[in-house]
Order: sequence, then structure tokens, then C-alpha cells
Amino acid sequence: MKTKQVLVRYGELSTKGKNRSSFIGRLRDNVRQMFADLETVRVKAERDRMFILADDEREMEQVLERLPNVFGIQSFSPVTEAELNFEAMKRAAIAVVSKLDRDNKSFKVSVKRPFKEFPHEKPEITQEIGSHVLRSFPELSVQMKNPDIDLKVEIREEAAYMMAEVVEGAGGLPVGAGGKALLMLSGGIDSPVAGYHMLKRGVRLELIHFFSPPYTNDRAKEKVFDLAEKLSQFGSSVTLHIIPFTKLQQEVHKQVPDNITMTSTRRMMMRVADLVLAETKSQAIITGESLGQVASQTLESLHAINAVTNTPVLRPLIAIDKLDIIETAQRIGTYDISIRPYEDCCTIFTPANPKTKPKLEKVEFYENFVSFDELIREAADQRETIKFPRVKEAKFENLL
Amino acid sequence: MIYLDNSATTQPRKEVLETFVKVNEQFYANPASIHRMGNEAEDLLEGARTQIKQILNMEQVVFTSGGTESNNLALIGAAKAYQHRGKHIITALTEHPAVLKPLAVLEEQGFEITRLPVDETGAIGLNELNNALRNDTILVSLMHVNNEIGTIHPIAEVKKLLDGTRTLLHVDAVQSVGKLELPFGSMPDLLTVSGHKIHGLKGSGILAFNQVELLPVLYGGGQEFGLRSGTVAVPQAVALAKALRLAMPRPEYAEWNRDLRAFFAGFAGVKIISPEKGAPHILAVAVKGMKGEVLVSGLQQESVVVSTSSACSSKSKETSHVIEAIGVPRGYKEGVIRISFGAFTQAEDIAALKTAFERVYRLIK
Repeated sequence: MKTKQVLVRYGELSTKGKNRSSFIGRLRDNVRQMFADLETVRVKAERDRMFILADDEREMEQVLERLPNVFGIQSFSPVTEAELNFEAMKRAAIAVVSKLDRDNKSFKVSVKRPFKEFPHEKPEITQEIGSHVLRSFPELSVQMKNPDIDLKVEIREEAAYMMAEVVEGAGGLPVGAGGKALLMLSGGIDSPVAGYHMLKRGVRLELIHFFSPPYTNDRAKEKVFDLAEKLSQFGSSVTLHIIPFTKLQQEVHKQVPDNITMTSTRRMMMRVADLVLAETKSQAIITGESLGQVASQTLESLHAINAVTNTPVLRPLIAIDKLDIIETAQRIGTYDISIRPYEDCCTIFTPANPKTKPKLEKVEFYENFVSFDELIREAADQRETIKFPRVKEAKFENLL
Repeated sequence: MIYLDNSATTQPRKEVLETFVKVNEQFYANPASIHRMGNEAEDLLEGARTQIKQILNMEQVVFTSGGTESNNLALIGAAKAYQHRGKHIITALTEHPAVLKPLAVLEEQGFEITRLPVDETGAIGLNELNNALRNDTILVSLMHVNNEIGTIHPIAEVKKLLDGTRTLLHVDAVQSVGKLELPFGSMPDLLTVSGHKIHGLKGSGILAFNQVELLPVLYGGGQEFGLRSGTVAVPQAVALAKALRLAMPRPEYAEWNRDLRAFFAGFAGVKIISPEKGAPHILAVAVKGMKGEVLVSGLQQESVVVSTSSACSSKSKETSHVIEAIGVPRGYKEGVIRISFGAFTQAEDIAALKTAFERVYRLIK
């Protein structure tokens, strides 16, 4: 009478027509990967639903804990298994119903009986189980149409399966079903949230972070690692590219007047991102920009920054209020990481009076005096690449 | 030497010493520094903290210099943080001075302290505790195992009494962690553990706690969540985490305890002080008309190390407050010795103690 499997209902997929099977395959792969560390977990994906099975109770607990984060799942239900006799089935029914809120709730039993050799007919099973549950929980009332609690009993050859609980899933599309894009991850509050929204739309993420040692330190890097780890918990691994950015940043400061360094720096970032994008076969750049937040996020600035690339730049937060972004960050668990107070390459060289309306011609004019191409190529080539979720290092094991 | 004074302190384990040396060699950077070496030290420190939290099943851990500091932080820190609720604190007469002294200081500052009496086994009465509880009682502080005679306080029952009140429970578990199975899980709101009592290092301790507000006793750089300023002693902390992981209760303690009780019962002038249902690793006995000090040095000449009732008080002339509180008869009061087992105690040590005691007893009687 243990919960050994979970029934998973697909999200928006059911509307995806011919692509359906590739969506289902993607979700199955994501689920498999998310539980890769659990030895007894198996995944069976069918056309209309998926089953996740685990032999070990603790591993099943892990499954139930992580599953609400996986995009592409509408809802899921833990399934309790019972031997094929009324005694065992009644015990299981009580176990299932006892976990639910029963105050003033209506109830019914629906039985499916694909195993025809079972010596009792549907009405008898319904009657036996239903009356037993009602005797045990007198607070329930019976209602056949749209009851609050629908205890589903399925009689199969190997066992009887029961479920009543429906847990809401994360919704959205399975990560990877929407292609791949490169998220510019700064370490601030916004960019991880932007990444989250794109993951939910099924987009697989590559992350790019600009790192300017010695101006920014290992803790800033560690913070970005932690953000990447968080983003990898929504149903798909992510790859982080750490770009050594110091030289380029210093060169920009040598070449362009102070008040447009910010615009120019961001243009350099875009150009590096474009190279990484090509090498990782990504199709778009994602940023956490939100209109009017800071000088670099005015329409004029965005225009000047965007002028270096033809790649679609997606800005899922462009019209979202800061407070709403913060709320999402808190909900998805990135906020506390983002607010750790370490310098990142965007804050370290911020000029006192950055232009909020930089003129593209002027920026191009100043950048013209030197070719940045080589430095950009070098920055992209010398990147450090790390995959998340990271396999935990046991480096202190012998000490502890 | 046969060392049977493990309630005073324990011999550090070789593995713990190795950890201590290695951490000093390789991770000596200040964990608050922002360079890479600092980060590594911090990671290691946090690894130690996580491990301890898991073992003790408590939510937070602050590293201190030992049991005394942990007790001071628990009592003074909680008293200061909760004085708006009330200024009444309950403890027992037989607590360690590291609890009684800070409470006496709080008393001078306007707190009211109820010191519960104990019966002849050293145990407080739950009824007395219940009667002493008031609306303005902010804290109950009890040791799990008495360091001098091994009395076990019923922490789970005490917690039950406090359920539904806002009174916090502090448990000084210095003498029980790693030596007994802890029967109370995460019940205490505050829990004191000392490193050197579990084959770790002197100068290392922790205060573990659940959802409790505390104010610091030491002020400075704000390390350890502001609760214990001062550069964190990473090697001590890591060594403590390791000592705690390796610590485990031994079933032999009970067997040896029974064996020694039977042995001492054979002497007409010897009284067993420790309660029958006390902690198995501590056995206090008293010889009539004899000074504990003399017994200790007599046994030492036979290469057996025990202590008078408590090592902390063994240099003072007064009778121990615990021995007074449980009402040991006049003729026995001064002749108390404490035998305490540890992870390295062997069956042969118990046999050697018996032989030595017989000789010393014959000699001085």
C-alpha cells in the first residue's frame, strides 16, 4: 500500500498537433534528467499521460518534491497501489483520502475495471469502497456530479490503483521544446527572472556572464553559479559561459568618453554574445532589461546597444514593473542570491553621468578609432564553460 | 595511565587532530575575506555547520569557544532578547556553574531566577516545574545529563509542559551528546554542545538553536550572524564537526556501570551516589570518612585517573553544590569520586580500576 508511482498530466501539449510526440519526448527526457540521481526512478511516457515510478520510498518523496518545478506539466497525482482484495483496497482508500482536506467536502468513487477476471463488478466495488470511506470520514457527503473529491480506483491485473489528490504543476512547455537561446546573466535581480519566463515557454538556456577580474571577485562568480544552479532546477540543465571581460572593458574606457562607456560596453557584450550564440547554435539573446529602470534601459539606449546585432534580442521583462519582478524572483528562489552585495562588471565602471539618450552616430564614431574585433574574439574564445546542475564536489569529505 | 575522567575532558581522536592540523595548514585564511582562499575557508566552515545541523537536527548553529560560552550566549542572549515578555527564568539547583553564574548575573540585573530543588537522585520534579511556570517565564534551562552524578533530566516531558507556552527551553547537553542516544530530537529551542567532551578539541563549542531570537554577548565584527563576533576558528569548527560525526554511544557503558555498582556494593563504607537510572558513562561513589582528593591521588599512584565530583570544582575546598543538593549524608559528602567512561575506555580499564580501588581502600581504611 505504498505510493510507488505518480501519474503526470501534460500541459499545453495536448494542443500541439503533429509536434505532440516530440513535446512528450522532450518532457520525458527532462523528467529523466531531473531524477537522474535517483536510482530506482523510471519514467514511462504515454500519449495522454506519463507515469513516474520509484521503488524506494525516499526517492518517491524526492520525486513529489521536485515535480512541481518541471515545466510542461499541468498536474500530477500520487497513485497508491493495493493488493486485489477488498481488505487491502479499503485500507489504501482510507490512506489516500486521509491526506486530503475533507471539511464539508463532497465525495464519490469512480471505478475502472480493465481486468475483467476480478470477481466483483463495478457497482459492488464502488459500494464497498465508498461506504467504507464514508463510515470512516463522516464529514464527507456523497455527490455524483462534480464532487470535491473523486477517488479513482482502477482494477488492473497486477494490482488496484487509487488516487484522489491532484497537485498543480508548473505549467508552460517542456524546456527545449522551444529551441535554445542565450541569456545574459548579470547577477542582478532581473536577468534570472527573464530566464525563468523563457524556460517556462520551453526555451532551453545557455547563460553568458561577463567577468572582470580583478574588479569583480570569486564571490560574484559564485553568486552567478548559484543562480545558474537555480535555473537548472526548472526541468533542464543549463550551460554557463563565463567571459573574461577585463581587457575589453579597459579598452572601452580608453577609447570612448566617460558618459557613453556604458553604452559602448553593452555593445561589446552583445558582440561577444553573438559569437557565443553562433557556437552554441542558439537562436536569440535574452536580457533582463526593463524599460526605464536605469540609463541603459531607455529606448534610445536599447536602440544604440541593439544596433550591433541582427540577432533577435528577447526582453521578457521589458514592460514589467520592478516590484513584480522582485516578487517573481522571490517566488522562484533567485532573489536572495541576487541581492548578495558583490560588484559585477556592470556596476564597477559605471560613470557618474551616463547618457540616457546616447546618439548612435556618436558611439559609432568613438568606437571607430580602434578595432575591437580581436578583443571580442579573444573574450569569446577564452570563456570558461560550466554545466549545471553541478555534480557536488566532495572536496572536504576527508576533513569533515 | 588508565583514564577514567572523561566527563572532565576527553582525549582528542587522531582523526580529529589530523583534521585540525590539515585545516590549519591548508585553509587558514579568514573565512570573511573575499579572496579565493577566504572563500574556500568559508565553504569548509559552512560544510561543517551543515553537517552539525543535520546530526543534531537543529536549524542553526553558532560556533563558540566551548560549553561555557554557549551557555552564556544562550541564557544572556535569550534573556536580553525576550525581556519584553518577562524576566523570569527557571533552572535547577544542580546545574553547571556555566549556567548558574550567568543566571546570577542576570539576577543582579533585575531578572528573577527560580532554582528548582532536586530529589536524592538529582532529578527535578515535573510538578514543581509546572508550579514554577508563570506567564512571564521566558526560559527554562536544564542540563540533559548532570556532569557530577549523571542524573538524566526528562527533557521530552519538560518540553511537553512548555508546549503551548512561549517559554523557551535551553538544554545543556555537554555531558550527553555523543554519549547517549539523544531522546529529544530537535525539541530544545537552544542546545549547548562542547567539542572537548566528545573527543574533539578544547576551545570549541556550539550553540545550536531553532527559531529563537538572540542578542549577542560579544560585540565586534559581526561574524556568526552577529551572534559571536571574532574571527571564526575554522579549524576548531571543522574538527568539532568531525568529532561529532564520529561520536557514538557505546553499549558497554551500561554493562561496566552495572559491574562497578556490584563491585562497590561489596564495600561496607562505600555509597553509590549516582542514581540507578542515570547516564551509564558517569558513576559517582563516596567512601565514608574519606576525602575525595585522597582517593584520587591514591588511585593515581596505581595509574588510574578519576576525579572528585567535578573537575571544575575539584580545586575548591567547598563541597559540590550538587552533592549538597541531593542530600548526601554527612560522613560521605567529602569522599565523592567520579568515574567516567569515554570512547577509548576498555574492559581492562574497569578491571584495573577495581584492583586499584581495592588496594587503595585497604591502605587508607
